[in-house]
Amino acid sequence: MSVDILMPALSPTMEEGTLAKWLVKEGDSVASGDVIAEIETDKATMEVEAVDEGVVAKLIVAAGTEGVAVNAVIAVLADEGEDPASVQAGGGGAPAPAPAPAPAPAPAPAAAAPEKALVAAPAPVAAPATSGDSVLASPLARRLASQNGLDLSAIGGSGPNGRVVKRDIESAIAGGGAKAAPRAAASAPSSAAAGQPMPAGAGLDPRKIAAQLDMAYEEIPANNMRKTIARRLVEAKQTVPHFYLTVDIELDALLALRGQINKAVPEGVKISVNDMIILASAKALMDEPDTNASWAGDAVLNYASADVAVAVATENGLITPVIRDVQTKGLPKISAEMVDLATRAREGALKPHEYQGGTFTISNLGMFGIREFAAVINPPHGAILAVGKGEKRPVVRTADKGDELAIATVMSVTLSCDHRVVDGAVGARWLNAFQQRLENPLSMLL
Amino acid sequence: MADTNFDVVVIGGGPGGYVAAIRAAQLGLKACVVEREYLGGICLNWGCIPTKALLRSAEVGHLIQHAGDFGWSAENISFDLGKIVQRSRKVAKQLSQGVSFLLKKNKVPVVSGSGKLAGKGKVEVTDKDGKTSTLSAKNIILATGARARVLPGLEPDGKLIWTYREAMVPESLPKSMIVVGSGAIGIEFASFYNDLGVEVTVVEVVDRILSAEDEEISALAHKAFEKAGIWIMTSAKVTGVKKAKDSLTATIELADGKTESLTADRLISAVGIVGNVEELGLEGTKVRVERGHIEADGFGATGEPGVWAIGDLTGAPWLAHKASHEGILAVETIAGVKGLHPLDPASIPGCTYARPQVASVGLSEAKAKAAGRKVRVGRFPFMGNGKAIALGDPEGLVKTVFDADTGELLGAHMIGAEVTELIQGFGIAKSLETTEEDLMHTVFPHPTLSEMMHESVLDAYDRALHF
Repeated sequence: MSVDILMPALSPTMEEGTLAKWLVKEGDSVASGDVIAEIETDKATMEVEAVDEGVVAKLIVAAGTEGVAVNAVIAVLADEGEDPASVQAGGGGAPAPAPAPAPAPAPAPAAAAPEKALVAAPAPVAAPATSGDSVLASPLARRLASQNGLDLSAIGGSGPNGRVVKRDIESAIAGGGAKAAPRAAASAPSSAAAGQPMPAGAGLDPRKIAAQLDMAYEEIPANNMRKTIARRLVEAKQTVPHFYLTVDIELDALLALRGQINKAVPEGVKISVNDMIILASAKALMDEPDTNASWAGDAVLNYASADVAVAVATENGLITPVIRDVQTKGLPKISAEMVDLATRAREGALKPHEYQGGTFTISNLGMFGIREFAAVINPPHGAILAVGKGEKRPVVRTADKGDELAIATVMSVTLSCDHRVVDGAVGARWLNAFQQRLENPLSMLL
Repeated sequence: MADTNFDVVVIGGGPGGYVAAIRAAQLGLKACVVEREYLGGICLNWGCIPTKALLRSAEVGHLIQHAGDFGWSAENISFDLGKIVQRSRKVAKQLSQGVSFLLKKNKVPVVSGSGKLAGKGKVEVTDKDGKTSTLSAKNIILATGARARVLPGLEPDGKLIWTYREAMVPESLPKSMIVVGSGAIGIEFASFYNDLGVEVTVVEVVDRILSAEDEEISALAHKAFEKAGIWIMTSAKVTGVKKAKDSLTATIELADGKTESLTADRLISAVGIVGNVEELGLEGTKVRVERGHIEADGFGATGEPGVWAIGDLTGAPWLAHKASHEGILAVETIAGVKGLHPLDPASIPGCTYARPQVASVGLSEAKAKAAGRKVRVGRFPFMGNGKAIALGDPEGLVKTVFDADTGELLGAHMIGAEVTELIQGFGIAKSLETTEEDLMHTVFPHPTLSEMMHESVLDAYDRALHF
């Protein structure tokens, strides 16, 4: 009897993905657990394993196909002994469709940490990908939701009979996820400004300009990761009111402590300055929890735990894997997780739950010699820390006999804050706490 | 007068005001209409409706002149201008009486006279004898409409220089005519008089006629009107008029700085309109007037609590259906109806009832591109449509503009026979937020002109079947 292999949902909100590559061909025998295909989602490439054994009778979706809907039949497996040629998709009279597709759907971020009851996942979970069918929504709203990866059932409709319409999707995008759109209050007409279109781009077509000016170029089609980066960063810069706070931090005490720690840790472990920055940021988020927060359209979510996302540059672009509950972890554990996440990020092998969520972001360009910079907020996070290079700089110290010049290792960091959540004084308090932790590094270990 | 206390007093009984009053009555509010002249306003009495009656007469004339094309012969054809005007007035009167009946049916009293604000919650009405009375109202809706804009040097005199008002009730037919302005009003009169045999010149200050329309449609209209015999001057400005006894000579400055003079029997000034904002008692209120129009938000609220403004009084587009819709929105806001949204300008269709007709809704191709949209454009010519050929009207175009990324219908633009009746199909499509896919799956009846709407959508996606 034949078995359909379905497009797996790699995350609770995934509606479609790209079938990047087949690792088997028609006629191959597979055993349970064999990797048969690679699926590319907006951020990562995942392997699909066979759950049954049999012979690949038919590959229905060609490699490289984009936008394959979750639960679509991608291949058909024939039982041993069955004639693969006679097998048809969905046929074989199989009463129950194939068992759950190979990788059990990745656990939802919220489910992975049940103790964090207060921490709402930014994107609503629960609703299966197909639930959009029963939601009252305009055709345009459906298409926009699917293009923007939004769950229609989580969006409040403001049209007739609660129908989800275009302006609801636009509000949801502006609000940073599938949040309910605030309704225009009929009694307060002057304040109702719903339905404003998203500001459009400059409207310049580089292809046209290049053609006009005879400029040579190579066209590299954008992969899903590049498209996601483009969309999310435009959203962030257009919809999140950014402001920036910069402070210089002296690192000599931290470097001395790091030397001692690295002598004490087992062979093969090496604590980096970055690991200590991650820990210091988590401690500071606990010291000043108002910065550990997200704007939710009509409320601020103050997170209970410091889940720190760290920007990792890969060949395809930027990704931000998350180290969860950093405030509870020691430096060796943080270091080990960071090495593992960064390695797999570069291989494109992160699972969605490993880069979704997070409450705060760190972007470190110090290793490239950058002195200081301002980063774009990674929604729905309330802030991102841009870390520059640690370098020897002249500093002025106040001594008994008056001011004197000294040399110290100094690093400039800039906090980009979402002003809807983090006000100037709040951000400043967080930076002070962060500075205290780094300049008095023993406090982090207590 | 019996009762002078109301929930809503509407000043102005045009298509914005009387519709607002009826909607208020439906919602259980006590409403009245203050009207100084005619129920139905300009629209019913001196605008939309009587011009459609005139244009129908012109169209019938055109058909008779081409009776031979359809196998009939008609000889010694003539028309009686007086009867054409008489029919137009009769149609207007019938509808104005209809409004009176509708208000009565909804128990909305009509107070005759000019209304103005007279302190918080008060409206002072002055009747034609100069007697005043005062009404009390929790909410006052200003719906006094607009009038023709007057350019210096082109002040209407009722004899040689006309506005729409004189143009609608000519006593005799001039031999020649200059129409200044090529918006819907100017073009409709140009088309009407041209069809009656008047030598018509249209003078437009910008570089194309019907400049609110898509550029491609403007160009097609230009060609069609010239073919029909109308002389069109664009990028041209009337800088002065010299009047003689029964004719006038206009000085016209062209784009290259040269001037020309043009003599005609009459001149129609159709250069836009200004709101009737005077004598409304706005002094001392927080109602703001900007460039001849009252500022109101998307629900009709002005800066003054309890005072609302709708329709032409609040600015472009100056369309009866926009006024009616705004009236309903304002009243529903007053009544606390939930889930209201401001009128989306891109959902308001515009129609010009010339021969050929022009109709559109939403963004033109150029405006869509200027808004940063990547577009897909579909076109289908009347020449490819069986019904158009059978009607003997094989000239025209249906153009559709879609967002290339989302399939959103951004705009639809048409020129040709009966397109003013077709455009609402795309209006519904826009209002329901259909994408190209839904339109492609819609079955259009054969043989109809509406099939061109379908084909235009298909063409936007390179799938047109009959062209």
